[in-house]
Amino acid sequence: MIRYLGRRALVTLPTLWLVTVVVFSMVRLLPGDPAETIAGLHATQDAVAGLRQELGLDRPLLVQYGQFLRGLVRFDLGRSTMSRAPVLDELLPRLPVSLTLAIASMLVAIVVGVLLGVAAALRRRTWVDYVAMSVSVAGLSTPTFVLGLLLILVLSVQWRLLPATGATSGWHYVLPSLTLGLPAAAVVARMARSSLLEVLKQDFVRTAWAKGLSGRVVVSRHALKNALIPVITISGLQFGQLMGGAVVVESVFGLPGLGKLLVDRVLGRDYPVIQGVVLIAACGFVVTNLIVDVVYSLADPRIRHG
Amino acid sequence: MLVVLRRIARHRSGLAGGGLVLVFVAVGLLAPWLAPHDPLRGDLSRTREDPSAEHWLGTDELGRDVLSRIIWGARLTLRVGLIAVAIGLLVGVPLGLVSGYVGGAFDLLAQRLVDVLLAFPGVLLAIMIVAIMGTGLENVMIAVGVVSIPTYTRLVRGQVLAMKPLPFLEAARALGQGQLFILLFHVLPNTLSPIIVQSTLQFATSILWAAGLSFLGLGAQAPAPEWGALVATGKTYLRSAPHLVIFPGIVISLTVMALSLFGDALRDALDPREQLP
Repeated sequence: MIRYLGRRALVTLPTLWLVTVVVFSMVRLLPGDPAETIAGLHATQDAVAGLRQELGLDRPLLVQYGQFLRGLVRFDLGRSTMSRAPVLDELLPRLPVSLTLAIASMLVAIVVGVLLGVAAALRRRTWVDYVAMSVSVAGLSTPTFVLGLLLILVLSVQWRLLPATGATSGWHYVLPSLTLGLPAAAVVARMARSSLLEVLKQDFVRTAWAKGLSGRVVVSRHALKNALIPVITISGLQFGQLMGGAVVVESVFGLPGLGKLLVDRVLGRDYPVIQGVVLIAACGFVVTNLIVDVVYSLADPRIRHG
Repeated sequence: MLVVLRRIARHRSGLAGGGLVLVFVAVGLLAPWLAPHDPLRGDLSRTREDPSAEHWLGTDELGRDVLSRIIWGARLTLRVGLIAVAIGLLVGVPLGLVSGYVGGAFDLLAQRLVDVLLAFPGVLLAIMIVAIMGTGLENVMIAVGVVSIPTYTRLVRGQVLAMKPLPFLEAARALGQGQLFILLFHVLPNTLSPIIVQSTLQFATSILWAAGLSFLGLGAQAPAPEWGALVATGKTYLRSAPHLVIFPGIVISLTVMALSLFGDALRDALDPREQLP
């Protein structure tokens, strides 16, 4: 197990290195003179020259990359061109907001998705199945921003149950987590349904029935355990989607997280902060994929011994 | 071909999806003749009106006809989907074909390129590309297209690798046919079904993402009646005029749903393992 873990962790290193190269190249890929583009139309020559020096754009590319890496190791990502504050100071206060949202919506996705999928599989070809799968198709097709606004309209404007915008209490996270989690739940539900149906057909389940076990025991102890393995994978894959969706959801609900920051700074052409957000998100993505692989191998021994 | 059509005709949800897709394409193509009003000019004395006989879906914050804007938006959306899918196809498919068929150093290099693109969550990569190229619907189309490249490359490469040891390719080589000829006329046609299915689903994803980026203000700019942008302006008037969010929202969902149902039906119809009717 430890060897498998180590091997798997080693494989992520080149990916992380590629991520730093891409994020580093971002500013250098800007059309025209990057310093002029970042400084804006009305900047003086002095301001542009100052910015060029600050970003190190006047030195050879390899030296620039070396400095970029040295900065990364010391968590120094430069200064925001908008607020002049160190990038890290911009990112850190927003990280908990985004993490809370991500974890809460992942919970929504897994709990709602598995319940819906299992219900549909056990009541196959009944109204439960049809309703669950129709809801799932609708959930997959509705853009997050539309779903979010509809939830605000019904639950906060009409019924006044939940707050729509801001992040001052836990209640503020309910609507955003539902908005982000429900479309992912749709994917999880489809996977859980087809996987459980597949497992229920197998011999060991028939044996369990033949032993005279009750339906509940057969499903929860025997079938579900095996059926949930592909559900883990799909949930992990959904996490990447979820990170993208978080950008939209944070903007809809005015949550001061990393996604909202990213959009604001793309519009304001604040590249050091954009680089910071992308770097954190990409690392989070790579690490999540690693965790999914590990959980997967814990759930299915065939993988680590295979 | 006929078999495929017949199979889709038997697929109830696929038929409904396919019908809606046809309506969407027709509305996009015929927008100038279908729209009852000018999508850009409004009557400032009649803003944010509820649906009525004259304005079936009401009017927006500048008194423009919402139905006409949605109809013209279909045209923009159709273009977004076509261009984004075309970029993914034109780069991803050749890359996957050559990568799988030639192998070796080229394959290694191409797969590293794919790894780079896959190291980022898709939407984030699209936002990054827009941050580099600048905001605007054109750049959003390119960004969404680029993000789909690895999907195509992986798909086609896998197909080619599975096909490579088969006797019909050996026969072609034995006949003395050129590598390029084999690649274009033997290998490519046999990868077409999954490519078609993927493109239909990718069309849906592209629409969803482009609308999202426009909603964030990174894509289509005012006064363009892009569907995501329509929802974004409607958001301001959510309390007083919810129809400005609800109608374009429903249209986006329906279009995406139609494309996914049609794509799923195509997959079933094109699968040779499915029983022949």
